[in-house]
Amino acid sequence: MSVVGFLIPVSLALGGLGLWGFIWSLRRNQYDDPKGDAERVLSSEWDDKPRPR
Amino acid sequence: MSDATAQDFEARLSACPACDVVPLALHVAAKEVPGDVILSLPGIHCATCITDVERALRAHDGVKSARVNLTLRRVNIDAPGLTAAELIPVIERVGYEAHELDPSALSSTAAERQSRDLLMRLGVAGFAMMNVMILSVAVWSGADHATRDLFHWISGAIALPTVAFAGKPFFESAWRGLKHGRLGMDFPISLALVLASAMSVYETWHSGPHAYFDGVVSLCFFLLIGRYLDFRARAVARSAAEQLTALEVPRAIRLNGDLEEVVALADLAPGELVLVRPGARVPADGIVLTGHSEIDRSLLTGESLPVAAGPGLALSAGEVNLTGPLRMQVTAAGRDSSLSRLTELVAAAESARGHYTTLAQKASEFYTPVVHILALASFGYWFWSSGGDLRLAANIAAAVLIITCPCALGLAVPAVVTAASGRLFRKGLLIKDGTALERLAEVETVVFDKTGTLTMGTPQLISPASLPDDAAPVALALARVSSHPLSRALALGLGEAGVEAAGLTGLREVPGFGVEGRWQGIPVRLGRLGWAGEGESLGTAPASWLTIGNEPAIRIDFADRLRPGAESCIAQIRATGRRVLLLSGDTEAVVADTAARLGIPEWQAAMTPEEKAHRIAALRADGAQVLMVGDGLNDTAALAAASVAISPATALDAARVASDIVLLGHDLAPVAEALDVARRARKRIKENFAISGIYNIVAVPIALLGFATPLHAALAMSLSSITVTLNALRLR
Repeated sequence: MSVVGFLIPVSLALGGLGLWGFIWSLRRNQYDDPKGDAERVLSSEWDDKPRPR
Repeated sequence: MSDATAQDFEARLSACPACDVVPLALHVAAKEVPGDVILSLPGIHCATCITDVERALRAHDGVKSARVNLTLRRVNIDAPGLTAAELIPVIERVGYEAHELDPSALSSTAAERQSRDLLMRLGVAGFAMMNVMILSVAVWSGADHATRDLFHWISGAIALPTVAFAGKPFFESAWRGLKHGRLGMDFPISLALVLASAMSVYETWHSGPHAYFDGVVSLCFFLLIGRYLDFRARAVARSAAEQLTALEVPRAIRLNGDLEEVVALADLAPGELVLVRPGARVPADGIVLTGHSEIDRSLLTGESLPVAAGPGLALSAGEVNLTGPLRMQVTAAGRDSSLSRLTELVAAAESARGHYTTLAQKASEFYTPVVHILALASFGYWFWSSGGDLRLAANIAAAVLIITCPCALGLAVPAVVTAASGRLFRKGLLIKDGTALERLAEVETVVFDKTGTLTMGTPQLISPASLPDDAAPVALALARVSSHPLSRALALGLGEAGVEAAGLTGLREVPGFGVEGRWQGIPVRLGRLGWAGEGESLGTAPASWLTIGNEPAIRIDFADRLRPGAESCIAQIRATGRRVLLLSGDTEAVVADTAARLGIPEWQAAMTPEEKAHRIAALRADGAQVLMVGDGLNDTAALAAASVAISPATALDAARVASDIVLLGHDLAPVAEALDVARRARKRIKENFAISGIYNIVAVPIALLGFATPLHAALAMSLSSITVTLNALRLR
């Protein structure tokens, strides 16, 4: 049973990490242009910078 | 966005997209980032386009950065000190069309924030749902006593803040509904969320076996998906509609003595002098003082023939000046101009269009009282039969509220509308309003305008071969000088026929009349009847005249080109057994000719805007659902009077505002397709309601009898939502 005491915080932390990642990406305008992102994958331009704000 | 704005916006899910935009537009922070230019790129569609445009812009001096947004088909350029006019040629050189967007007409910031807000709530609900579900699975698989209670507590600790945050849109809208004495779908949703959360906390406190934390959170999640889809569909349409509005950056050239200054339309006052350049739209109502030109009135009256303009002629806002510069004295500007007055006509007709009750509203009107009565009845019954066991009764009532889950209802319509709008958008149709699809599905009479709708509104040379061999090169040389639509059509037609231009000297354009020059020493003229030659005019179609020296004048005939896809569109609509009419303000002979070419049996010519609107009102009074397709100011009242309205993107702003659907391409064929898709969408919506209904018929008795557990609720809820969504996706 003690393993549960260890795993629950782990699962919560992982969920929290996912949520933090989602919020981070949302704040960085990564959901603004889904179509463009899908196409940019095919572009040969090295594009490592999101749109500057 | 302040709360008040958010509420304003939420509250206005009206049938009029313009009304949705207005409050947003009012609240847009007018902070312009310096050097930030937004251009519209209607033609981009792939990775290569993105790269081309961005590379070209970045290579340009003074451009700091450029980022294309393919979803909105725009490019944001950070170029301090550069204007749109300097940047557009850069993009056009690499082969893409670009237009300046009027930043003040773009409320994208507010809409973006709104959509981001919803997405944030959706994400939070999603992650919370995953975590709570992990814990719930443990409970369902048999954890009990202390372990179960611990898991319930943890679930509650995750679920309560989530519901408070993610449920905010529902609570707000339910509260607003209460204040106005309306019970929409949001009230039972909010009640279920609050009651089930409260019950679950109470149960956990008393280490009861069932807690509905997982159900509450997943209810939030599924409903937010519906909300988000709904919002996205509207936002895409709204931004595209705004793009169209923003394309017409409203400016006028005001004359102060000899000084020309570019001013905003709003700053024009009666009595001021304005210069209208060739090719420009007349900015306000006024009277021509000096200059000769020709005026294209097709957008206002539907006449396809240009009108000669000279001193003393009254001009209306929205007409297009064709050949020569005109100086005009403003008689009425801005809100008082004829254009605005017509827009008011539209507003009046819009309110007359009445409120359309959608299938979803009908469903919720039925659903809300039934659910409440059921929950209340089950509460009363169990309270009475168990001899006053409040906890048991409240538990069962909460189970009923959760299990009659409105998810399927909340998803049924948005999912279908999103799938259908997406499909039509790819075909080049923009649905501005979600209810338009439902109204379109009921249409059995289709009314078309002629000029600019069935025809392109641009003339085409009928037979280049009919010109004498020695005259054609002369005509081509003369035509190339002018930007008059007839000259352009002549130059294009002769160029395609492989004619070489003759060498002319002394070429000059006489605005409002035509072009003259000398060919091998002989004076030659191309232009209007009476100036370039005497002869019999046909009077039905536009014609130009060519005179070479003293020879009799040669008439050159043009016809208005049919829009591509017009014939197949009409044929398809008639094949489905719908009635097709042609109502035009143009002359009888021209309309008869067009109707014959397209096979439209019923037509009427020389109609005033009011007559058109009356005709449509009469059709509707006979119980017909009418679709009107039109583009001009003369159609706006008719568009607003119809059950559904479609206008091409080239239409005047007022016409686009009055219509529910905008046709983005040149091709008319998608109109027929839209009718078909609308019918299928309506069928899918009804199927979805049936699915929800069947599922409720099965699930509700189980809950009423007190057999429902959180596991049943979770399973049933997910199953119905997924079924409904998959059914909607069959439309794609």
